[in-house]
Amino acid sequence: MTTVAAPAVTAAPATGRRPSAARGRVTVNVVMVAMILYFLLPFWWLVVAATKGNDALFSTAALWFHSPGSFFTNLQQLFTYNDGEYLRWMGNTAIYAGVSGVGATAVATLAGYAFAKYRFPGRNLLFSSLLGAIMVPATALAIPTYLLLSKVALTNTMWAVILPQLLNPFGVYLVRVYVQESLPDELLEAARMDGAGELRVLWSVALPTLKPALVTVLLFSMVGTWNNFFLPLVMLNNDKLFPLTVGLQSWYEGAMIQSGANALFTLVIAGSLVAILPLIVTFLLLQRYWRGGLTVGSLK
Amino acid sequence: MSLLRQQGSTATAPPSAVPARGLRTPVTGRRPGGLSARTRHKGMGLLLVSPFLLLFLAFLVAPLCYAFWLSLRTSTLVGGDHFSWFANYQQTFTDPQFLSGVRRVVVFGVVQIPLMLGLALLGALIIDEVTSRLAKVFRMTLFMPYAVPAVIGALMWGFLYSPTFGPVNSISHSLGLGKVDLLSHALMLTSLGNIVTWQWTGYNMIVLYAALQGLPREVYEAAKLDGAGQLQTALRIKIPMISSAMVLALMFTIIGTLQFFTEPRVLEHSASSVITPDYTPNLYAYNLAFQYSEFNYSAAISFSLGAVVFIGSYFFLFATRKRSGLK
Repeated sequence: MTTVAAPAVTAAPATGRRPSAARGRVTVNVVMVAMILYFLLPFWWLVVAATKGNDALFSTAALWFHSPGSFFTNLQQLFTYNDGEYLRWMGNTAIYAGVSGVGATAVATLAGYAFAKYRFPGRNLLFSSLLGAIMVPATALAIPTYLLLSKVALTNTMWAVILPQLLNPFGVYLVRVYVQESLPDELLEAARMDGAGELRVLWSVALPTLKPALVTVLLFSMVGTWNNFFLPLVMLNNDKLFPLTVGLQSWYEGAMIQSGANALFTLVIAGSLVAILPLIVTFLLLQRYWRGGLTVGSLK
Repeated sequence: MSLLRQQGSTATAPPSAVPARGLRTPVTGRRPGGLSARTRHKGMGLLLVSPFLLLFLAFLVAPLCYAFWLSLRTSTLVGGDHFSWFANYQQTFTDPQFLSGVRRVVVFGVVQIPLMLGLALLGALIIDEVTSRLAKVFRMTLFMPYAVPAVIGALMWGFLYSPTFGPVNSISHSLGLGKVDLLSHALMLTSLGNIVTWQWTGYNMIVLYAALQGLPREVYEAAKLDGAGQLQTALRIKIPMISSAMVLALMFTIIGTLQFFTEPRVLEHSASSVITPDYTPNLYAYNLAFQYSEFNYSAAISFSLGAVVFIGSYFFLFATRKRSGLK
């Protein structure tokens, strides 16, 4: 690990610090408020725009509500447009994120645990290539993966989106670090002394201890899949299989092509709002987990 | 998550800061006489790692090899499919479309990355120091865009930029600035940079904040006793001590920037004359494959891009190995 020597601090005159500290606090608060406003702007716009009908969207001030609102009409249109394809996309996204997330977490847990607690041939080689894999850009892999999967007729199926995302090298890395830090060999040995088999040790001793790490990996893989755009865009042609990201983009594309007075605009807006709400709620509720994951990401 | 948090600080924190589960003994404390599990169960380790190994081979090694193989071939209507060695790569590195995309992404990165990481660092230092309710709201608000899919982020900003009904134009009009077209040729990179900054500042802020939280508090106390103000503590102690986290954040940002795709792809629909099919290298590779069916050439571009990112990050990590702490 890093050992950074604390640099010497030159003594500052202690006098006259009070007023400057107060001024500093005001400055900091102003900076915070300004940044909050900037980062909230698109969200605010989205909420306002989602309450407007198509006419009002184009003719009224963009950042303030217009009455009569048509929020519920928009929602109703959103869920019924084109035989309710939005709901289908939402379901697809949930399937992709759920299956990929749970699968990737399971694979990463087994592998991370094995890297930390077992010796096997090729372990070091595999682990260093895993570190390299974290740095291979996913988008460089998507097109060749598409070509390979098309040879086995898997493109344009749900598997094409799910299978590649089961590979999560960073998750493996995270689990390994966590196992090394929090699961002493003695604990496993004790269980073995008591006659537990290797799988039993993993299931009843290791897994309960690793729960926080697993939630973190699950959260990151699910969000990664939920937000993924390039892979499904490359893999899927059939709009019945689209996830929300690709679906919304196709609506936006359609709205732009027909430009102007097009009901698709209100759908894209309402659809964006509905799509991000569950994510934001999840993130707010599971704060401590993603923070843990980010810490490992930043420091190791 | 305190166990993970401790990771970075083990070198500097006292040993008691590592949350033990009661059973923690020194690593060298092997059970006398007992064989370690590490040596006993070779087969078990291999078995546990095998699902990962399979996926690794199928979705990382195989596509990379396949892309490389494809990139060494040329397929034409007349000549058929044949081996052409590095002709595609020769074409790649002399292709003005590819090179202009690379140049664009580099210019973009040189301006946007320091700006964004600077903002993230500022935010991280603020929330590390200030514990008010405002600071809490600040932290949550800045992180929120990370939960938004990049497509939706780009869609929202695309609407906001829109010359027909976006607020930006009406605001600049009421300020007497005249018409500003944020989707024009001149401003597109700035507009894209704004989207990326909006989306990723909070994430990087939390990464840096987590690193700051892992620092031992005693150092600050010592600095305070020596008469250092908050600003001085931040500049001379905190920032140097989280340099490893900053190096990694920088590296991952550069990797992301080189893959720039989603935002230009979404804005392409509202500014098709500005965002050409070769706007970024990745967009170019995508369009070559799916618009023009030039799979061989596209593979060469994908592979070059991947190789540049990969080799670049390895050298970067190697050069900064001491700081990054990545083992």
